[in-house]
Amino acid sequence: MTQYQTQLKEQFMRIAVASGKGGTGKTFLSVNLAKYLSQFRPIVLADLDVEEPNSGLFLKGELIAQEDRARMIPQWIPEPCTLCRECQYNCNFNAIIQAKNQIMIFPQLCHSCYACADLCPENALRMVPQKMGVLSRYRIDNLCFIEARLNIGEEMATPMIAQAIDYLDKNFSPDILQILDSPPGTSCPVIEAVKKADFVILITEPTPFGLHDLTLAVDTMKKLHKDFAVVINRYNLGNKDVEDYCAEDNIPIITRIANDRRIAELYSAGQLVYDKVDHFSKALGDIIDFLSLKTTVK
Amino acid sequence: MKIAISAQETGWNAPVDPRFGRAQYFVVIDDTTGEISYIDNRANANAGHGAGPNTASLIADNDINVVITGNGPGGNAARVLATMGIGVFVGASGTVRQAYEDYKAGKLMRQ
Amino acid sequence: MKEIVIISGKGGTGKTSITAAFAYLAKGSVVLADCDVDASDLHLLLKPEIKRSENFYSSQVAVIDGVACTSCGACYDVCHFDAIIPGTPYKIDLISCEGCGYCEKVCPEKAITMKANLDGQWFISTTRLGSHLAHARLGIGAENSGKLVSVVKNVAKQLAQMLKLDTILIDGPPGISCPVISTLSGATFAVIVTEPTVSGLHDLKRVYEIARRFRVGTGVIINKADINKNNYNKIREFIDIQGIKHLADLPYDTTFTKAMTEGKTIIEYTPDNIISRTLANIWPQILRLTENTKKQ
Repeated sequence: MTQYQTQLKEQFMRIAVASGKGGTGKTFLSVNLAKYLSQFRPIVLADLDVEEPNSGLFLKGELIAQEDRARMIPQWIPEPCTLCRECQYNCNFNAIIQAKNQIMIFPQLCHSCYACADLCPENALRMVPQKMGVLSRYRIDNLCFIEARLNIGEEMATPMIAQAIDYLDKNFSPDILQILDSPPGTSCPVIEAVKKADFVILITEPTPFGLHDLTLAVDTMKKLHKDFAVVINRYNLGNKDVEDYCAEDNIPIITRIANDRRIAELYSAGQLVYDKVDHFSKALGDIIDFLSLKTTVK
Repeated sequence: MKIAISAQETGWNAPVDPRFGRAQYFVVIDDTTGEISYIDNRANANAGHGAGPNTASLIADNDINVVITGNGPGGNAARVLATMGIGVFVGASGTVRQAYEDYKAGKLMRQ
Repeated sequence: MKEIVIISGKGGTGKTSITAAFAYLAKGSVVLADCDVDASDLHLLLKPEIKRSENFYSSQVAVIDGVACTSCGACYDVCHFDAIIPGTPYKIDLISCEGCGYCEKVCPEKAITMKANLDGQWFISTTRLGSHLAHARLGIGAENSGKLVSVVKNVAKQLAQMLKLDTILIDGPPGISCPVISTLSGATFAVIVTEPTVSGLHDLKRVYEIARRFRVGTGVIINKADINKNNYNKIREFIDIQGIKHLADLPYDTTFTKAMTEGKTIIEYTPDNIISRTLANIWPQILRLTENTKKQ
């Protein structure tokens, strides 16, 4: 434990772990950082990769609460409907169509904007809740783990992520550190996940693919005016280009995690690594020192 | 009975488009009169979301009884077609003429 | 036209490196398409020369005419996405706007119009391997609806027709949602790259389900096959039961990364490496399987 860790405790921070590319180690870093920190203080970890929530595979905890989450979709009431096709015209997402004498609704395409229902001249559509996923809350000692899982068949991740963040806002006092395991990419879901974060850790690899996808993630964070820094995973593979890019762009590199077959093996078996591989524990210490400075100096 | 075949162009010699929702055209054959016509699906083929259901809606509006395509419509479009009682046959390839003959010979799979 | 898709469910399993190796083996006999439009990487190994580039418009955003706006708040009242910023005049938060158009319909002054959003770009390029490449770049924060994927596939198809080629080799996107569905729709054969990790089998099952739904033939490559015996056996058991072709096992090896760092495909980098030889063996096999799938 370093000198900064007690100071970090006094400060609220919501930290998102993100990357442009899949498979660079977001979940790996999130679960291990959260478990490591939970040795010293209460921590909230939220898995917001709602399409493929994998954090839970590494954490065996006690289920405290579970609730269904719904979004609003239109429902057709045939009696008053005059088949005027107004709803089909009012929907910009093609989620509601008239097929001969019927109105058909496609919940996967619906963005819950309410236009079809509110603007229906005959009040023949009403908005009703449709289950889209499950929020679960687990306890593992000092660690509170929130999993947001989208139902199979749901194609839109963003509303589920928004509800998970809403849950965090409502259920945790602002002095508890939160870590968000974000979805990959640079499109809607990741933006929803990092929008309300105070700080973003971008995890990448020192390879041409890693560099390319990092530059996309950096552009995204800049567009969102986010404070962020980089962790290089599988260090000593690849080349120095990621380091050069960060130096040139004044992006801080928090730490470098060495490439290690042992980590890959433990991880593949669903095991936590923070207390098993020394050089990795040290890298986690670097991250905590960095975050401590961030909160105290601000 | 009216049969619609997903195609990249129009007419008997048009190549079949294996996709349903994003097919540019449907060649329509009326097997009682032998008449051939087509449905222009370009607006749906280029849509962001919802190409499938809108195409299915257009098919229903044109009083089609049977759809012939390559890979089969996705879940949403399949739901519209089933609700409208429109039969779907998949596995078509080659030209529209070939697909029609394969259908008549019972070589295509009913979905 | 045969469409061979390399896909994975989970990101970071090595699908782009494998696609590039096949692209090297196929040389000019195929047209390449990179359908991973959110984080495309294939071009990094192929050093394409862009011959044509086009803007891609798909979604819409609301625009408020500041002169016509009377700040009545009608738009604010109906927006469910917190995308309207009150003021004189009212403004739109472009990151939050979903483009539903509800505000446009209720504005009494007709001060709101929907305008097409530049959601990305697509390209036609020539590669150093002698093949053409259709690729794209989705804009930051854009919705990956599958339409850009569909554009890339169409461009590749037209290129193939023009060049009188009958095979398209596609690097697919990760995940299981819209873009993957657009990629697999109309495909002939999908090579699923997986790895024996706790999430590997789970993600393999989900992506296979989509391939099956679209009647796409499937084969599996298990990358890093030696990293976990137990999970490896579970994958083998699953693919045997489902009747999925087991194409190859590749060992845990940093050679892929070394080759990538040199900007080369693994076969160019070390033709004698076990992975290179395995991939060279299965490429003709995949072409044969594609033939069979097509005849069915």
